[in-house]
Amino acid sequence: MPIKSLDELIKLRESHLKKVNLRETGESTDETVEILVGMATCGIAAGARETLNAILDEIEAKGLANIRVVQVGCMGYCHSEPTVQVNKPGNEPVLYGKVDGDIAKQIIDQHILGDSLVDEHILIRTFEKA
Amino acid sequence: MARIRSHIMVCGGTGCVASRSEELITALKDELKVAGYGDEINVVKTGCFGFCGQGPIIKVHPDNVFYVKVMPEDAKEIVQEHVVKGRTVERLLFEEPEEKKKLDKHDQMNFYKKQYRIALRNCGLVNPEDVNEYIAYRGYEALARVLTEMKPGEVSEKIKASGLRGRGGGGFPTGLKWEFTAKTPSDEKYIICNADEGDPGAFMDRSILEGDPHSLIEAMAIGGYAIGANTGIVYIRAEYPLAINRLEIALGQARELGMLGKDIFGTGFDFDIRVKLGAGAFVCGEETALIHSVEGQRGEPTKKPPYPSVSGYLGKPTCVNNVETYANIPPIILNGPEWFASIGTEKSKGTKVFALAGKINNVGLVEVPMGTTLREIIYDIGGGILDGKEFKAVQTGGPSGGVITVADLDTPIDYESLKGIGSMMGSGGMIVMDEDDDMVEIAKFYLDFTQDESCGKCTPCRVGTKRMYEMLEQLVEGEGSMETLENLEVLGQMIKDSALCGLGQTAPNPVLSTMKYFNEEYVAYATGTKSKAYSIIEEKCIGCTACARVCPVNCIDGAVKKPHVIRADECISCGACFTACKFDAVEKP
Repeated sequence: MPIKSLDELIKLRESHLKKVNLRETGESTDETVEILVGMATCGIAAGARETLNAILDEIEAKGLANIRVVQVGCMGYCHSEPTVQVNKPGNEPVLYGKVDGDIAKQIIDQHILGDSLVDEHILIRTFEKA
Repeated sequence: MARIRSHIMVCGGTGCVASRSEELITALKDELKVAGYGDEINVVKTGCFGFCGQGPIIKVHPDNVFYVKVMPEDAKEIVQEHVVKGRTVERLLFEEPEEKKKLDKHDQMNFYKKQYRIALRNCGLVNPEDVNEYIAYRGYEALARVLTEMKPGEVSEKIKASGLRGRGGGGFPTGLKWEFTAKTPSDEKYIICNADEGDPGAFMDRSILEGDPHSLIEAMAIGGYAIGANTGIVYIRAEYPLAINRLEIALGQARELGMLGKDIFGTGFDFDIRVKLGAGAFVCGEETALIHSVEGQRGEPTKKPPYPSVSGYLGKPTCVNNVETYANIPPIILNGPEWFASIGTEKSKGTKVFALAGKINNVGLVEVPMGTTLREIIYDIGGGILDGKEFKAVQTGGPSGGVITVADLDTPIDYESLKGIGSMMGSGGMIVMDEDDDMVEIAKFYLDFTQDESCGKCTPCRVGTKRMYEMLEQLVEGEGSMETLENLEVLGQMIKDSALCGLGQTAPNPVLSTMKYFNEEYVAYATGTKSKAYSIIEEKCIGCTACARVCPVNCIDGAVKKPHVIRADECISCGACFTACKFDAVEKP
């Protein structure tokens, strides 16, 4: 459906704001956890696709609901690809670096299901995206 | 889960915990409960803010207010004043040391100012294949406002007032380029995006295309409206398959939403974009060569004038801008030109994305305000030189630029200052070199690239760069003399003055600039005093004989368990001994 006015655009934006609020402020109306995977060429070359697949497999194997996996572009941390960011409602986003399939599973087990971070892979933990 | 309306982030880093931030958290929670806000406001213990000297630090979201040196005793005032009454607690705000001005907004602090993302604002934040996420971050609002509220001339005016300059390297004012193209009368005009990123070591354009393709589409439509074009063309190299794929997906979604096509936003403005794949020639970054390539001709530049704004694609007025330039457009429209012009230096406004590569710890993509010093980029953001080695130089502007040395580490970077020290902004590749790098070899590497990429149309570039390369080879082979150095310089200057396009005019830069700053290395080659032999550090050598056994010319002497010695005059510098030694006892020349 083509948008024909600024008002229509703003309405559409409001209906999608919920989706990204979690990323901006940690606010959310439900319990959905978001996993962002850096899938630019640099990330993919470093194995982001394997990481992504491992995450999806783990979610399926454990039958987890309320997790949304989003592919995003380059976050700028090329020295630590593949990068994965976890956004839990009410918490600051945590960006992990050098995440292979096993680390990804560990992140799901420890951080998402449990409440402890996978310390040795944390790159940055803040709302500040510079 | 209860609806949380605000978060109070309290630093839980070691520094702040030591100054009682744990007690502060408890105090804040208690005060909130007393005030009846326990369910609405979340107190979050965060990681280190990196500002330990002012600890304990707290930050209130979403107000973005930043308090420093907060004691548990302050909890009551913060809750009563800030949370209940909505007033900031003045005395706890951070004071900028130089200006003694109280800054409450976190993002105004110098410390965090080192990186500022405008062009990369959505990269890594939105799903590039989901237009709705882009829209949620105010995507396409700038286009809607431009089409429904502004005349084309006003758009160019705004961009002009912002001070935005071409991010592809030249630094020509973007608004002026739009205005020129708009002024030329014609039945048809074109707007082109130069996504032919060919500078070795630069990948910001690719990252924007892969991470935020809609921002490019939106900006091109805005540009099309400003100059009076109904067709946009993205010229992108075929080596960027993922970028092409995401751009195509984004184009499809934009058409579906009516952001491209006929009668956009019901204003009668028609605009669409097509993608043209290039075969990846460095010269096609030059706008006239690029236009010829889009036309299906050989990618060769032509003389300017006529400028593309007068006669470009198919002889029609054409405007060519680079990806990063476009990515800056929507925020300028949304936040106003004054906002953009407030960032950066006097003549270079806004931010610049740099691709950090080479001998640096944090290889990556950084976006900093113009005027940031190299030291800040390399040491504060880039984390310093690999293995703790000495910084020697950084090459900016790729094969068209030059080196920046220790002497200029504190020069604020902008278009003019880089030119002043013999380099250039270029597209923003930064290759960091350490003490071990041989500058003559580096210059030779870049010249090898440009002489190979020379399209061959004009003699200075075609023959000149080849001859320069041969001279460098002579030098490195030990067959050069001081006369070779003189000739190199004269020829380099000549090519700069007489080549047809930017490629040739800038090709000698890496040589001329390294000759200027590291002349002793050239002289060492020219006079034959450059030692080419490897040597053995006596104290480290345990006499294992590993090096002597691999030496192809048998120039290493020494008895078992006694330090070995390399006969310098026979060494062919093959490096086999260096690789064989397990004790770091062999030193490179």
